[in-house]
Amino acid sequence: MTNNKVGAHGPDGGHKVIDQATGTPMVGHEWDGIEELDTPLPRWWLWTFYATIVFALVYVVLYPAIPMLHSASTGTLGWTSRGALAHEISEEQARHQALHAAIAAAPIETLASNPALQRAAIEGGHAAFKVNCVQCHGSGAAGGKGYPNLNDDDWLWGGDLATIQQTLLHGIRQPGDDATRASQMPSFGRDGILTPAQVQDVVSYVRLISKQDPAGAASTRGAVIFANNCAVCHGAGGEGNRTVGAPRLTDRIWLYGGDRAALTNTVVNAHGGVMPAWGGRLDPVTIKMLAVYVHSLGGGEAAPAASAPAAPAPVAAQ
Amino acid sequence: MNALEPIKAAPLYAKRTAVFPKKTDGPFRRFKWLVMAVCLAIYWGTPWLRWDRGPYAPNQAVLVDLAHRRFYMFAIEIWPQEFYFVAGMLIMAGIGLFLVTSAVGRAWCGYACPQTVWTDLYQHVDRLIDGDRNAQLRLQAAPWRAAKIVRRAFKWSVYLGIAFVTGGAWIFYFADAPTLQREFWTGTAAPVAYACTGILTFTTFWLGGFMREQVCIYMCPWPRIQTAMLDENSLIVTYKDWRGEPRGSLKEAKGAATPLGDCIDCKQCVAVCPTGIDIREGAQIGCITCALCIDACDKAMASVGRPRGLIDYCTLVDADLETKGLPARSALKVLLRPRMIAYFTIWGGIGLALLFMLGARERLTLSVARERNPEFVQLSGGAVRNAFTVNLRNMQDRPRTLRIAAEGLGGVSLYSDEMAPTEARGEIAVTVPADSTRHVRLYAVVPGDHARSQDFTLVARATDREGGAVRRETQFMAPETEHEHEESE
Repeated sequence: MTNNKVGAHGPDGGHKVIDQATGTPMVGHEWDGIEELDTPLPRWWLWTFYATIVFALVYVVLYPAIPMLHSASTGTLGWTSRGALAHEISEEQARHQALHAAIAAAPIETLASNPALQRAAIEGGHAAFKVNCVQCHGSGAAGGKGYPNLNDDDWLWGGDLATIQQTLLHGIRQPGDDATRASQMPSFGRDGILTPAQVQDVVSYVRLISKQDPAGAASTRGAVIFANNCAVCHGAGGEGNRTVGAPRLTDRIWLYGGDRAALTNTVVNAHGGVMPAWGGRLDPVTIKMLAVYVHSLGGGEAAPAASAPAAPAPVAAQ
Repeated sequence: MNALEPIKAAPLYAKRTAVFPKKTDGPFRRFKWLVMAVCLAIYWGTPWLRWDRGPYAPNQAVLVDLAHRRFYMFAIEIWPQEFYFVAGMLIMAGIGLFLVTSAVGRAWCGYACPQTVWTDLYQHVDRLIDGDRNAQLRLQAAPWRAAKIVRRAFKWSVYLGIAFVTGGAWIFYFADAPTLQREFWTGTAAPVAYACTGILTFTTFWLGGFMREQVCIYMCPWPRIQTAMLDENSLIVTYKDWRGEPRGSLKEAKGAATPLGDCIDCKQCVAVCPTGIDIREGAQIGCITCALCIDACDKAMASVGRPRGLIDYCTLVDADLETKGLPARSALKVLLRPRMIAYFTIWGGIGLALLFMLGARERLTLSVARERNPEFVQLSGGAVRNAFTVNLRNMQDRPRTLRIAAEGLGGVSLYSDEMAPTEARGEIAVTVPADSTRHVRLYAVVPGDHARSQDFTLVARATDREGGAVRRETQFMAPETEHEHEESE
């Protein structure tokens, strides 16, 4: 590469063990004309190598390193990966504890005024929901037949924070819990309260008030039967009653189906879904967070004014 | 050319030969002073420059804000997703290095590399405290008595002071400099600031104070890459042996039978070399082309009344021409080579592309993720509700209020997770804080008679004077209509 007279004053050609260009000794091998310089390593490089050996020795003493019959040597620091994990978990739990204490101290209605706390409650509620609630209500809380959809604006027992919390605490139709949500629709067909023809008439009437079928002779007969048998719980116009968990029959949401066959089945046999009383199973903070999470899904209602009857959600009025 | 017979074993390890470069002066030395002053001023001064960005952004001109994932450089602000700007600048730096290497050889190594700058600084400290080359050699050979110990302790303290100031300055690029300085001295700065200062103080002290030229020769990959980058048209520091040889002192020249060359073998070029090489052996990996030997040789030539430039910047092609007695080519001709033009074109092209992207980038962005579990919610009144997670990114340094609307979705009303469903309306306002992203859970309610699965466009319009709108196509999902439902039964 260079035309400079490199090595012109270097060791002369007679003694051929020194490379002329660099002045460095050769190792003495030659492969197809390629030779290797025997460049000495710098001394500091050697010291660096010794330093790594010392580091390794210190490490072996301090940390688990030598494989034994059942486990590795323990090391004088007593460090284990399991211990490190346990430490991280306890740190995280301590962090949660402060958060949980704050959530426990705040009344559920005012939680929303603290966005950070509200966010933590929703996250915590979401986590608890995935473990305890998805089996019936589904991972998206959209429910299914017999299991209410928690995203919508239709609530059997009420959709404000305190009511949701109450439902969670005491469950629905749980024997042994005095405050549980309890009510029972009679099995009008099976128990012979109504004849099969009367059942069909009342189904026709329900189909009419839910705007699924036009009026007819059957629904006119059904109106009378409805007034005598159903209105006490479902209301004169079928608007429902949350104090007994009687669903509104005039809307588009049907827990067990709104077609003629499903409605007939409901009138004949009646339904009464159950939900566990979580008060005995989950701690109060988790239940509070679950209530906040369910309320946040889009159908949550504001706390009702002191004595006003539970009004249907305004969005539905459109 | 070399013998195959076994030779006497060479030593496995070589002790470093200490380098005590002699003080020199000349145009290259003065240029090196200037470059050093500029480099150190940039390094130490930059974090203290202020740049007004309004009340919502830091006022430090150059700031790598790792905690908030922002990179500020004067008028430019870069978010993590715009890291390609940094990648582009790194590519430009790389190609710039190729360009400079092709044009003027190892100029980076000789003048601007931090290792060179700090080694130079430390060598000045040596000369200041221990005296020039000869005094340093004497002190090196002297036994370890009180005077030497005191002198060494003092010098290494100065080393450590420079190293501390160097390592400490680095952290100011990552936080507000005046605040961090106050925190640093009151012991309230983040532990990482102290750790970083400690590590960089140690590396500066060790690499600048003691390793010096060994970093260039053994550790740095760049001299190896240079071997591939340099060609016969690259400027390298060249000893013009056709003029200098055979070398000999003035005294030897008088007694010589044939006239000697210009080189008077004064060894000044070796004495001033910061890496301790003899440039008269030709181009070599130890030569960082700092050109101090040119200054030294020019001074020697002047003192004996011979023309300057026995050692000079020269390309191999020109060296060949001069050997044959022809004049060297003009500097312009050397510079305007296809290789240089190609490097420059790539370098400039990337630079222009980055500038264009910087000017054209969107400062307001919208992304929409449709809720899929459940896909839709049937409401009691017959209306259907969909939920969306909307991310609004405001890259301006002031809060902006945006009006969100759903185009192409008849009868829709919107509400966010911070509104009551009763407040739902066709268009809602969301304020995004300065220089941040806001996540909004958006609900869209469509009355029963309009509710069907369809595409629509979510639009966010800025309401401030600057205006502007961003839009995203998405989908509204609804249950099968009654009509379809009955048909399927």
